[in-house]
Amino acid sequence: MRFIKPDINIDIISKRKIAFYISITIILVSFLSLIIHKGPRFGIDFAGGTLVQVKFSSPVSIEDMKSGLDAMGLEKSSVQAFGDKKENEYLIRTDKSVVTDQGLSLRVKKALESAAGNNVEIRRVEMVGPQVGEDLRKKALFAMFYALLFISIYISGRFELKWILSGVMAVSLMSVVYFLSLLDVSIPFLIGVALVITLILFWVLKLKYAMGAIVALMHDVIITVGIFSILDKEFTLPIIAALLTIIGYSLNDTIIVFDRIRENLRKHHKNTLEFIINRSINETLSRTILTSVTTLVVVVSLFVMGGGIIHDFAFAMIVGILTGTYSSIFVASPILLAWQGHGKKK
Amino acid sequence: MKNFSWKLIAVFTVIITAVIYILPTIKPDLWPHKKINLGLDLQGGMHLALEVDTEKAVESTIERIAQELRSLLKKEHIMHSGIDRVEGTRISLKLQDKKDNIDEFESLLNKEFKDLRMLSRSEDNGILTFVLDLPAEETGLIKKLATQQALETIRNRIDQFGVSEPDIRQQGERRILIQLPGIKDTKRAKDLIGKTALLEFKLLDEIHDLNIALKGNIPPGSEILYEVKEDPVTMRITKIPYLVKKRTLLTGAYLTDARVQIDSQYNEPYVSIDFDKKGAKLFAKITEENVKKRLAIVLDKKVYSAPVIQEKITGGAARITGNFTADEAHDLAIILRAGALPAPVNIIEERTVGPSLGSDSINKGLISMCIGGILVILFMVIYYKGSGLIANIALILNVILIAGGLAGFQATLTLPGIAGIILTIGMAVDANVLIFERIREEMNLGKTLRSAVDAGYSKATLTILDANVTTLIAALVLFQFGTGPIKGFAVTLSLGVIASMFTALILTRLVFDYFLINRKIKNLSI
Repeated sequence: MRFIKPDINIDIISKRKIAFYISITIILVSFLSLIIHKGPRFGIDFAGGTLVQVKFSSPVSIEDMKSGLDAMGLEKSSVQAFGDKKENEYLIRTDKSVVTDQGLSLRVKKALESAAGNNVEIRRVEMVGPQVGEDLRKKALFAMFYALLFISIYISGRFELKWILSGVMAVSLMSVVYFLSLLDVSIPFLIGVALVITLILFWVLKLKYAMGAIVALMHDVIITVGIFSILDKEFTLPIIAALLTIIGYSLNDTIIVFDRIRENLRKHHKNTLEFIINRSINETLSRTILTSVTTLVVVVSLFVMGGGIIHDFAFAMIVGILTGTYSSIFVASPILLAWQGHGKKK
Repeated sequence: MKNFSWKLIAVFTVIITAVIYILPTIKPDLWPHKKINLGLDLQGGMHLALEVDTEKAVESTIERIAQELRSLLKKEHIMHSGIDRVEGTRISLKLQDKKDNIDEFESLLNKEFKDLRMLSRSEDNGILTFVLDLPAEETGLIKKLATQQALETIRNRIDQFGVSEPDIRQQGERRILIQLPGIKDTKRAKDLIGKTALLEFKLLDEIHDLNIALKGNIPPGSEILYEVKEDPVTMRITKIPYLVKKRTLLTGAYLTDARVQIDSQYNEPYVSIDFDKKGAKLFAKITEENVKKRLAIVLDKKVYSAPVIQEKITGGAARITGNFTADEAHDLAIILRAGALPAPVNIIEERTVGPSLGSDSINKGLISMCIGGILVILFMVIYYKGSGLIANIALILNVILIAGGLAGFQATLTLPGIAGIILTIGMAVDANVLIFERIREEMNLGKTLRSAVDAGYSKATLTILDANVTTLIAALVLFQFGTGPIKGFAVTLSLGVIASMFTALILTRLVFDYFLINRKIKNLSI
């Protein structure tokens, strides 16, 4: 059985401009949404606060719950249904992060039981102090930056044998970032600037494959973050895990194509780079799509059946895998051509 | 064929080792190795992060030094007009500017308080004011010891309370992470851990009027402390104020034992405490000097009782009463035996998962793993037929290897960890897809079966390695970043990536070789 014929030949490279505009549009919309929403909507892991997951023995109305919470002085809390409807599960969230000391869960249980006239089970309580949230936010940004950097060293080492050049570059970038982070610099700003400098250095040093990989990865991460922001979904620790997994996994397809490009460069060295890249993408199209499909199958089953806690994680993975497949075909490979145009003008 | 059998042995060793490590999880009595650890999010329990307020430890050290200074100056008859702790960790000391006085004071300072640093010395209207504090190394040491000691004390309390397999460790300079699996009464556990348990005996100020003091006119040297009572039926809280002298006569530091006993008259539990020799002596002296006065028993700035001293008490025993429930008395005895925390601790992070949510999560995880797995298996068989079957065997072995790895490395399986396993089911067949596609491509070029399979493996190997290494890099960064559940995800993802490389590159190759070389098949179902 085959979905894609072996002799398939779609002219992808000539359509790279269309893809470029599509990507730019989605990225701009992502940034716009982030600006309108004043940054990502952080869950309590990153913003600090308290979350209580409750389960009722029979259906209740959110109004009843709210009145019960008002009575105990938690009027600013938000209530939201969680997971499957028939489970009667709800998440209660407040900004306050200090109230758990005085037996919060017991008081919530009593308040809700008297307001809703229904048996309540406290299933989960999470309290994160503001300091912890801020620390986690910083650590998450650093983790993503380091993952991007390490992976691009590996790519330029493996594909262009520029281990030393990219290694020295990455180590100096990391040490500068580390020392600046000790000073009182805004971490998101610092990481943003560091990423831009990384891109400029890749460009100047002509680390083509690393550049293609890191641009594709940033593209995937920005779009995933953007879609989360557009849908007003929360950023929690598992979402960061999903983003890092996307960084690692969505590169797989890129590597498949890059490998073939390198192979074909040796085989057809008389042809133009456009031809070689286009041929490589076509030759590997079948496996690029198949590998994504098998992973998508399990992630979708996780999304549908994995339960509320894992739901958003699976969603992020779905978005990441889809954009990852797209970007390996339409973003990463065309970037290899960027230097060519540059060279010709000179 | 030598190479072939050598590989075969290696593969079987790996699989059998994995199975041996998994066995105790299925049947615990087979051999004594631990089961696969379940994270708190799967088995239920409480995760706490505490921050030790180490600044307070420095403050109380300074307070103690100020008190020592006061009594030494009194003993040496050095005239002073006030020794106070100011700005948290400084001592301000006022002396009459007379030469004898100053000389005596300075020689005392040099002899007894070598550690103190002189910050400033100013004269105003014949009064000389010194400001003293502790040097930075000294305060650094106090802070470091405070965290260590808090950790030991908390460990002691939890051990005595009896939680199976608690995990208590220091994080950073002043944080303590505590994991209590299976704990149900979370409020009680938090009370047990978070109480400073500073036990103090202080005299009531019976000269001044409490009502005047309540209006804000608190006499120097005294303070208002409250006794807090909660009515068990109405849940109403009443607060009774006391005017208590600031000076602490005796602390819980001299305790040797604390036990729960039942009052025979009221049938109420109370905590009886025993002092060591020095403490008993002090207690006898205090009670002797203050007969008919009221002595407040203060725990963490709350008054528990303030009985009138009837006579000198020599036995070195006292009792703490205060309308305790049996559990409260039991926990208080534990806390007093384990000792006070050197500084207060604040809970800065708490994550509690009830046992029912944990088992629900396991079930949902397993269901989505089965369904996702079955879909992938079906897909592979339909798309690649016989070869897909080989990939599926590899897939199942892959899950066994991950489980074996979890058990063997004593890693913890968390809910995101289950998601990681499910994810690697999808990723594990990727490697086989790459190989099979390459084999198909080589066959299209008209190669023989053997050389097509050979070429397929050798050309796909590097791609598979590269793709997996990048995922592994991300997983390792995640492991470094993550806490608890997320670490669990990084672990299963890494194990899955390694296992899938092993099964795809070595195991399925062996199966292909077996069919091509030993069975000499002519048609490959792919």
